[in-house]
Amino acid sequence: MTDRASPAAAYEGGPDNFAFSEATRKLAEKQIAKYPEGKQASAVKGLLDLAMRQMEDETGSRWLPRAAMDHVAGILGMAPIRVYEVASFYTMFKTRPVGRHHLQVCTTTPCWLRGSDAVLAACRRAAGNVPDGTVSEDGEFSVEEVECLGACVNAPVLWVGDYFYEDLDGQATERILEALKRGEHPAPGSAKGRQTSAPEGGPTTLKEVPPHQPYRPDPPAPEPAAPQADAGE
Amino acid sequence: MPKLTVDGIEVEVPPGATVLQACEMAGKEIPRFCYHERLSIAGNCRMCLVELEKAPKPIASCAYPVADNMVVHTDTPTVRAARRGVMEFLLINHPLDCPICDQGGECDLQDQAMGYGFDHSRYAENKRAVKDKELGPLIKTSMNRCIHCTRCVRFATEVAGVPELGATGRGEQMEIGTYVEHALTSELSGNMIDLCPVGALTSKPYAFVARPWELVRTDGIDATDAVGSNIRIDSRGPQVLRILPRLNEAVNEEWISDKARFSVDGLTRRRLDRPWMREGGKLRPASWAEAFAAIAARASGLGGDRIAALAGDMADLESMVALRDLMAALGSGNIDCRQDGARIDASRRDFYLFNSTIAGIERADAALLIGTNPRREAAVLNSRLRKRWLAGRFPIGVIGEAADLTYGYEHLGDGPAALTALLDGSAAFLETLKAAKHPMVIVGQGALARPDGAAVLAAAWTVAREIGALSEEWHGFNMLHTAAARVGALDIGFLPHGDGRGRDGILAGCEQGDVDLVWLLGADEIPMERLGRAFVVYQGHHGDAGAKRADVILPGAAYVEKDGTWLNTEGRLQQGFRAVFPPGEAKEDWAIIRAASAVLGATLSYNDLAGVRARAAALGAGRLDAPVGGGCADLGGPSGDPRALATDAFASPVRDFYRTDPIGRASPTMAACAATVAAPEAVAAE
Ligand code: SF4
Ligand code: FES
Ligand code: FES
Repeated sequence: MTDRASPAAAYEGGPDNFAFSEATRKLAEKQIAKYPEGKQASAVKGLLDLAMRQMEDETGSRWLPRAAMDHVAGILGMAPIRVYEVASFYTMFKTRPVGRHHLQVCTTTPCWLRGSDAVLAACRRAAGNVPDGTVSEDGEFSVEEVECLGACVNAPVLWVGDYFYEDLDGQATERILEALKRGEHPAPGSAKGRQTSAPEGGPTTLKEVPPHQPYRPDPPAPEPAAPQADAGE
Repeated sequence: MPKLTVDGIEVEVPPGATVLQACEMAGKEIPRFCYHERLSIAGNCRMCLVELEKAPKPIASCAYPVADNMVVHTDTPTVRAARRGVMEFLLINHPLDCPICDQGGECDLQDQAMGYGFDHSRYAENKRAVKDKELGPLIKTSMNRCIHCTRCVRFATEVAGVPELGATGRGEQMEIGTYVEHALTSELSGNMIDLCPVGALTSKPYAFVARPWELVRTDGIDATDAVGSNIRIDSRGPQVLRILPRLNEAVNEEWISDKARFSVDGLTRRRLDRPWMREGGKLRPASWAEAFAAIAARASGLGGDRIAALAGDMADLESMVALRDLMAALGSGNIDCRQDGARIDASRRDFYLFNSTIAGIERADAALLIGTNPRREAAVLNSRLRKRWLAGRFPIGVIGEAADLTYGYEHLGDGPAALTALLDGSAAFLETLKAAKHPMVIVGQGALARPDGAAVLAAAWTVAREIGALSEEWHGFNMLHTAAARVGALDIGFLPHGDGRGRDGILAGCEQGDVDLVWLLGADEIPMERLGRAFVVYQGHHGDAGAKRADVILPGAAYVEKDGTWLNTEGRLQQGFRAVFPPGEAKEDWAIIRAASAVLGATLSYNDLAGVRARAAALGAGRLDAPVGGGCADLGGPSGDPRALATDAFASPVRDFYRTDPIGRASPTMAACAATVAAPEAVAAE
């Protein structure tokens, strides 16, 4: 087993200081304003995400050092431990450094059946086979197996940054990773060129345009019967 | 009031109660791990399942509010099966290491596994392993045993007011800890050991010392502060091994401070176990007869005005009665119990009591703290203040140090100037206090042990009167003491008599050579260098400051080694019992004084405990037997000019929470705690 650090203990190697930049602060204020007075702590997840993104802008690695959690705690008036609890609960908050591209490979059953092993292997190779959860020597990649990403229709799925790469196989994965390494932005979505999660090779149903059904408004409600003057004829 | 049926018994419960509470009222015991009546409801252990008619599945009774006409069954095959299932899950990851676990014999999990566990495990997989956490010198952790009830987390956050513990990670990876490793900064942390239903949190100093069934239990009263917490003293043979809280809703609920709990190891160190006397500048062991003879030799021919006595902070009522009588018999009025020099006016009892009572804090709706840091001076009482503050609408003003008290307050100023502002109506907080129905004014010893103490006392009383804190129905003037002995001493008049000298006078007299013999009854907190050339008799239990200066040492008994009476800061008279005998030749203190009186030719009239207590009752008539609490009958304030205030800031007398008394100063555990507070990083790194 790899020597995985417990998520329940702080990572001690982070920066000593962290503070929101002007731009992040503005975004944070928007988040906080969503919640009623006295309930600011509800904004904690939004702020932690902002902090991770600022870390990415500043260092190229989207993760959450302790100093950032403390900063968020300070802004929201929470005890730091309450922020640590939230950050360590959600796996999307990375409390340890990640590579410039953090490769999250879905290995849950549908993806696995559709060949996630090859995707994972390609990712690990790209990261120089460092243990999962640690950063490759060049700082480019780190790999993590994740549970279902909710995109099983396009299995197997690789999640990098804000994008899903879908319908992968080993080669497609390698192409994407090389492009990432070159600093490009490979197009997210299906590697097989399908349109979102529509059937492979084009549609199988609804192939013709159904005959035009002109829009017919509801027939006007019958007018209340007018009293007939000559009813008594 | 909703009515419901529990196992065929009809009960009526207050609205908002839970099913578990209703079951208890019906006399049914419900097993539980996470539920605790003094903590918020978590509902996460599922051990308390019961069956509710018309509900599709068993319900967690601790988190289920009652409704009218519910029909609850607590002992059906379904309930039992459900609880067995819960127990099996709890034990999946539990190491089952009871033979090497300190909780063994007093473990909720062990007990309930007897009722709901299986005789073998069906779980063949690996158990999870959790790294132990370092929480400081008091709490030993064994986190594999943790069942994630979160009692400790809730205690730290809610009662202790130090939100430092949390449940980090989730699911299989959930762990209880501080995330960033550091020692807990609470004065009440030891209570988590009691709360933890398993052996995950146990006492570090007591690790592997004894099994609960080996211990003899004695009821005692804590003498390390003036709260008078009710304690249970667990001893084996001649040694006190640990101290636990006893339930007393009016005083300490079920908490005690870490000092009360953990300073026990000081009881076996630096003890005075035989008399000593100074010869040629050096102390040498002596016999009781020699020691008494030396005192008698020095005292013979001395006028009463050249003899003095000071009582220390842990002294029991009985010994102070005896010493007071002895001094009177020797013709001396130079006695004082205020070794810190607090300017207390003892002319009326409510001038020096915590009149609102500790439980009464929960009735109060505003508070003003003057020159006190209750967190350090009376940690358990502070948790009541916090409890009241958490309940909401409890504005607190503080005059003195702006320390972290675990609750929010308005800092009105550092010193008497803020008091003046309240007196002349220029402080806005005055309106808040006036608007309150039951405001409290709490005066600490830090505000009184200074030259203008009498003025501060009078000013505080005036403020209390002005804001309407003094009425027939509510007494909002409170003095917070730090010494367990103090109220009892004041009640029996252990104060200068006639034109006798008080503490300052005695010290000055010693310096100038006007006082030749000083009897220190466990008084270690006075400036010993000011005793000059006086002949010092030190009667006490520890080789502390007093013993170092002494010319004759009379070895006495610590508070767990004698049947004694203490009055807490509310004026509540409580008796503790002897758990073990004092070591070696040491004796109970009143008996020492009684024996000395015979040698000094001033034989006291009583020779048994009942006699001393009868004498105490006579001396303290109208005080010792007065009821605790009550309204204020007389608005007239203590002597002292509320305008004669000085300017320097108030400071709490307790600088080092862990080492306020000779026992704490002798205790390695308390030393470790003090070191942790001073340099938290250093210990965490160990
Ligand atoms: S350490 Fe003890 S009190 Fe704390 S969650 Fe675990 S079992 Fe409960
Ligand atoms: S299993 Fe991979 S996305 Fe659902
Ligand atoms: S006691 Fe009810 S769920 Fe734990």
